[in-house]
Amino acid sequence: MSHTPDALLEVAGLSVDFRTRSGTVHALDKVSLTLASGETLGLVGESGSGKSVLSFAIMGIQDAAARISAGSLHFAGQDLLANRGKAMRTLRGRELAMIFQNPRVALNPIRQVGRQIADVISRHTGVHAAACRERALQCLAEVRIPDPERRYDAYPFELSGGMCQRVMIAIALACKPRLLIADEPTTGLDVTTQAAIMRLIHDLSARRQMSTLLITHDLSLARAYCDRIAVMHAGHIVEVGPSAELFAHPCHPYSERLIAATPHGAAALSALASIPGNLPDLRRDDLPACRFAERCSRYGASCDAALELRPLSATHSVACHRALEDAIPLRLETEHVTSA
Amino acid sequence: MFQMIVKRLLGALPALFGVVIVTFVLTRALPGDPAAYFAGPAGSQEAIEEVRAKLGLDRSLPEQFVLYLRDLAHGDWGNSLTTGQPVLTELAERLPASLELTLAGLVLAVVVAIPLGVLAATRPGAWIDHLCRAITTAGVSLPTFFTGLLLAYVFYFLLGWAPSPLGRLDPYTTAPEFITGFYLIDSLVMGDGATFVAAAKQLVLPAITLALFVLAPLARMTRASMLGVLSADFIRTARASGLHPLKVLFVYAFRNALLPVLTTLGMVFSFLLGSNVLVEKVFAWPGVGSFAIEALVASDYAPVQGFVLAMALLYVLLNQLIDIAYGLVDPRARLES
Repeated sequence: MSHTPDALLEVAGLSVDFRTRSGTVHALDKVSLTLASGETLGLVGESGSGKSVLSFAIMGIQDAAARISAGSLHFAGQDLLANRGKAMRTLRGRELAMIFQNPRVALNPIRQVGRQIADVISRHTGVHAAACRERALQCLAEVRIPDPERRYDAYPFELSGGMCQRVMIAIALACKPRLLIADEPTTGLDVTTQAAIMRLIHDLSARRQMSTLLITHDLSLARAYCDRIAVMHAGHIVEVGPSAELFAHPCHPYSERLIAATPHGAAALSALASIPGNLPDLRRDDLPACRFAERCSRYGASCDAALELRPLSATHSVACHRALEDAIPLRLETEHVTSA
Repeated sequence: MFQMIVKRLLGALPALFGVVIVTFVLTRALPGDPAAYFAGPAGSQEAIEEVRAKLGLDRSLPEQFVLYLRDLAHGDWGNSLTTGQPVLTELAERLPASLELTLAGLVLAVVVAIPLGVLAATRPGAWIDHLCRAITTAGVSLPTFFTGLLLAYVFYFLLGWAPSPLGRLDPYTTAPEFITGFYLIDSLVMGDGATFVAAAKQLVLPAITLALFVLAPLARMTRASMLGVLSADFIRTARASGLHPLKVLFVYAFRNALLPVLTTLGMVFSFLLGSNVLVEKVFAWPGVGSFAIEALVASDYAPVQGFVLAMALLYVLLNQLIDIAYGLVDPRARLES
């Protein structure tokens, strides 16, 4: 894949395997993804589709059993796979940052939250302790934690889940990174807090021109906050496109089923359709070219041919031999004309 | 903090009272008649009855118990019949010997076990992990009297590196002036280097024997606890923030892993206090363990009761210390109290 000039993050053909006792798990298979500066990209898919594996691989904090078997990772032109050691550690937390789900357990339970922020600042800026404290207090104020002076010395168990997630965000954004990976940042929070946290992330990334990779299985969240959406299934990216377009006209059968399974507005619960079957066992050596084939109602003989993401338009790609193009042929054509 | 300690100590009083009752009843329920024992094999029935009356053993059990409680309240723990000395004096003389040995063994074990456990946890499956497993397995399977004898045989008899395993000092050195009763500390305070070296030499083998025994649970707990913490979410957060691996390991992981290790430490310490009697026997160590066993064999009630009571007191104090240490490490423990 050629280097796109304004791409901040470029994932090309990335494959990750896990070696386990019961065989090799092909968790990611030739995943390609680009993220432009200031863009928010949503990564959606059911549990086990490889969203977190991808984000951990980008951060270089993957499990010891994980092995990157193919592909490349570039961040602002730097090859992230070439220097996994010390160089990666200085990037991590300073240029690339990550926030996790379940903030309560993602914070050190026996260290004051302010000091956890100060640790990161001290690591990446090398300023003295008093200045670190000052900066950490600013960070707490920035994530709208009331009375930062008092909260600085609080322990995570003394804060609510939403507060803990704000602290997580403060830790991640302490050094003003250019890329933020938010791995299900609202899981485990109640709905009103979810909205507040999402708005906070959105505001801060907009203000700082920060790129955000939002990993979620909450489609309505992705739709509300993301410029583009990438749909993952069983270690493949099956569809990428602008948020509104993908929701209005999903082209991959999996995307369509995923959207149909999402509760929205006035729809009755009985109207929601579950997706039949399960993710294929990723330890199999005979995984089909299309890993959705075994669950797909549109499966046909042509589906066994080799498969890759192919563009439908300048911005919309899908990895399917029998994509639901017929649903939007006219509009796509006109778009081709206008974009050409 | 102070208030909390006082409150805890008061809370331990019922437990101590329970200990007093149980030891009193148990010693009375033991087979053997102290009156007969002290009247001697040639003692006539009359002589035995006379001794019995003198010991107060002819009274009813509740009466004996009330008398015992009254004496305790006056700080009188009774006299040892075998030595004629007050039990409290005997214990005070011998307890430092036991404590010094136990603490030395414990410090040695901690110094080896904790780094071993941490290293094993950070490199699962590597040679250090296998070494850790081998040492812990050996530690639990070798009884202390056996390792004690083996060490004495090898290092004293065969190699001649260690002094003869007879007590806390060799016959040519006089004991340092009594300050704490710990020879190592007392000799240092007095600035007596020669005595310090002599006492240390005597201490090495029994301390290693004890250390080998408690190393196993400590190292195993450290390893397990570190493994658990290292896979925790907050360690991933720390790594994702780019913190230095050593900072992640020691400031983030180790402090969190310390709590179960502290608990284990308290357990093995209290266990050691009473049960190092075998080591004391092997090395002719003049500690409380051997003292209690001798008294028990002689049906000498007062020292046995005194010993159990002293151990119970120590145990209560020890638990206080562990609780305080807990509070220092974990803010959540502070809150609960």
